[in-house]
Amino acid sequence: MSELIFEKSKHGCTGCSLTHLDVPQAEIDIPTRAGIGLPTLSEPEVVRHFTNLSRKNFALDIGFYPLGSCTMKYNPKVNEDMAALPGFAQLHPYQPDSSAQGALELLWELDRALCEITGMDRFTLQPAAGAHGELTGLFLIARYFQEKGQKRDIVLVPDSAHGTNPASAALAGCQVVVVRSDSRGGVDLEDLKAKLSDRVMALMLTNPNTLGLFDENILTIAELVHAVGGLLYYDGANLEGTCGYARPGDMGFDVVHVNLHKTFSTPHGGGGPGSGPVGVKEMLEPFLPVPVVTKKADGAFALDWERPQTIGMMRSFLGNFLVAVKAYTYILSLGGTGLRQMTADAVLNANYLLSLVKGTYELPYDRICKHEFVLSTHKFGQWGLKVTDVAKRLLDKGFHAPTIAFPLIVDGALMVEPTETESKGTLESFAKALLEIEEEARTHPELLKEAPRHTPVRRIDDVAANRSPVLRWK
Amino acid sequence: MRYFPLTPDDRVEMLGALGLSSTEDLFADIPAAIRIRQPFSIPALFEPEVVERLESLAAKNLNTKSTSSFLGGGIYRHYVPAAIKHLLMRAEFYTAYTPYQAEVSQGTLQAVFEYQTMICLLTGMEVANASMYDGATAVAEASLMARSITGRKRVLVAGSLHPQYRATLRTYLHLQGLELVEVPWDERGALDLSRVCAEEAACLIVQSPNFFGLVEEMSAAGQWIHAAGGIFVHAFAEAASLGLLPPSASFDADIACGEGQSLGMPPSYGGPGLGIFAAKEKYVRRMPGRLIGEALDADGQRAFTMVLATREQHIRREKATSNICSNQALCALNALIYLSLLGEEGFRQVAEQCYHKAHYLAERLQAVAGLKPTFAAPFFNEVAFTIPGSPQALNAYLLKHGILGGIALDRDYPGLANSWLVAATEMNSKEQIDALVARVAQWRGGLA
Ligand SMILES: Cc1ncc(COP(=O)(O)O)c(C=O)c1O
Repeated sequence: MSELIFEKSKHGCTGCSLTHLDVPQAEIDIPTRAGIGLPTLSEPEVVRHFTNLSRKNFALDIGFYPLGSCTMKYNPKVNEDMAALPGFAQLHPYQPDSSAQGALELLWELDRALCEITGMDRFTLQPAAGAHGELTGLFLIARYFQEKGQKRDIVLVPDSAHGTNPASAALAGCQVVVVRSDSRGGVDLEDLKAKLSDRVMALMLTNPNTLGLFDENILTIAELVHAVGGLLYYDGANLEGTCGYARPGDMGFDVVHVNLHKTFSTPHGGGGPGSGPVGVKEMLEPFLPVPVVTKKADGAFALDWERPQTIGMMRSFLGNFLVAVKAYTYILSLGGTGLRQMTADAVLNANYLLSLVKGTYELPYDRICKHEFVLSTHKFGQWGLKVTDVAKRLLDKGFHAPTIAFPLIVDGALMVEPTETESKGTLESFAKALLEIEEEARTHPELLKEAPRHTPVRRIDDVAANRSPVLRWK
Repeated sequence: MRYFPLTPDDRVEMLGALGLSSTEDLFADIPAAIRIRQPFSIPALFEPEVVERLESLAAKNLNTKSTSSFLGGGIYRHYVPAAIKHLLMRAEFYTAYTPYQAEVSQGTLQAVFEYQTMICLLTGMEVANASMYDGATAVAEASLMARSITGRKRVLVAGSLHPQYRATLRTYLHLQGLELVEVPWDERGALDLSRVCAEEAACLIVQSPNFFGLVEEMSAAGQWIHAAGGIFVHAFAEAASLGLLPPSASFDADIACGEGQSLGMPPSYGGPGLGIFAAKEKYVRRMPGRLIGEALDADGQRAFTMVLATREQHIRREKATSNICSNQALCALNALIYLSLLGEEGFRQVAEQCYHKAHYLAERLQAVAGLKPTFAAPFFNEVAFTIPGSPQALNAYLLKHGILGGIALDRDYPGLANSWLVAATEMNSKEQIDALVARVAQWRGGLA
């Protein structure tokens, strides 16, 4: 079943059809290699191999994929068609600006739309994903303080933060200091005050946070951070929870990143490519990475490379441009009204689903949630079970599992994000499955321990796989 | 809205079940001072209007499919077999997330395992990761990995490394307190190690073929940096060259990294592409990014799963080897399918055709248009010419005649003010090349 493409290879086949060389052969005056060892198969064999591989994936178009923090919403088909237009996909980044006016206009318009949505003044679309956006944002903030002649080297992150936040802070050469969460799941103001100082460069915050809860103290938090001269960074992974109802720019955030591959419906592709545009308030605009799209007085668009205060480049060219095309398509399809309805439905779906399972599952912070919520599976411990067992049993019942074991502050966390593209019926069947699993855990815990049974492979032995890792076929 | 399954009745019923009277109640925790009451001004378009708007934007661009192009510089137009898009557009692949639940993600996991193997075959390296964002960030991460292996803070980088990769390196290294030293090139355009010192260097990063298209003498460079205990990084911006040139391992590279867009992806205005990253096995625990390994399931069947995650941000947080989370997974799958279709012979043929086309182009530009190559070192599929006049003027002239010319090197290399970099791939027909050459000759004639 799981034969590798290499094991299917046989001599004498080809899966491609290249035109003949129509120029004279030149003498090869560079060193050359012997064989590579690539497999050789015919086109139908390759197609069948990958089609069969695809059948071993669960995916959004197949069923409910409530992976918390990931916003697994429907990926509209029209987005894919637009990104495939030769007028976008076949553009070369070195072609003159005058020959790419439509692409530059799109980037400009997307920048404008994101500014309105987030309340920021200017965006860069260069960052390739959320984590890359974080790094970009921290570089911008560092540059800002460098210009002001201030030495600041501490980045505060809540204990509920995603792993990329501290990892990005470390990459930006900063020291990470963790701020505790309070009993309502928000930033503990007393702990924050204790950790604020003139060494603090930024506080990185997700709001709604990774518990799916809106931090009601956000204005106070912003005031406190700004009072010591620090800046506020917004991890936009959860923009879905407030989009159209509140803007990070109005909350006091100075730098934000948004995830086009979450809130703005571009597909995750099994892990990427994403896009993590970064928006800033005016005082940080001079530092944005180059190139920056500008609109000239005559209405023409151009790339501006001459920005003396820029942090430089975060990657090559203009970022994951085709992902931007998809997100722009989505924003036009929804418009302002649709974006607001999107959030309203996402939040309603989350609260409704929560109401169906709470009581049976422990809810560490019992409040109205935003687009997602986090349950604890702590009590499954009494039956010798862990959160992983719950997740695997869900697979057997035809659902993808929620995010598990994150955030770290909840024991056996089950983080559920339904999104607005699920029906009431789907939420109810998922809730039913969760309730059944709790009952099975009490009465037949082996059903969970031995799960999954109905998936392409059974439970995988990760411990053994890590002992002496095999990372390639030989 | 066609993407939202809730009906108005559903909404009322669900709010009722929650004991709420309106949607606004769901947002009562947002301070009134910052709560928005009105939708954004962005208009909503019907699907046909959206399509029309996007098509009209696309139509304003000159694209390399309908316009003959000799642009390279890290993004190349190669033939993409038709089967690829059909496989990539299988929703099972593109609408899945990162394979966190391995049992229902075997398609993605096995594909990445096969991709890792393909990259090992292309580079000769022992391990490859599941992808980085692009060539530039792959190189930046390589330098950080070299710092972590050696504990040293000097990074030597060839001045002929892609200017945007160097710019990215500069941004990444700045706050890490790492010193970036550029290694010059000699009059042949090749790396000149005689003017730098290898002592205390974390690594030497050399791109081959370099940004000028020239093939470097990699063995000598590797020995030079290894003698001083540094890490040798082979960077590349044209992955098709791996079909012809000796693999990274043959000159003892410790890390091989670069851009994989050439492996079946369209130019896409520069992204998404594919960051390739491979290394010697002994350094695997210091590698950035995701790794997929072979495993067994409870029934003893072969399966695949994420391994060595203790290097990654979700486990290690600020001590992680990198902050990368989402990567370029679908692009890795794209490269894998491309290499599977092309196979051993096809991929070699693409590389050879690139070589021959570029050499024909170079020969004609000299013989017919009288241009002089800027450098004498051997090249793969891209070559710089010093032209009598401004490359921008030449490009503008060519554009007027429907040709996307070459890259003017002066913005990134003020010392190469009159240099013009042209690339050819198997997609440039003899007819296109001859037409370009004729126009260049005409332009030259006009100057005289
Ligand atoms: C809260 C949060 N922050 C940051 C990230 C990282 O985003 P990306 O995977 O796009 O780099 C994620 C991704 O899951 C996240 O959930």
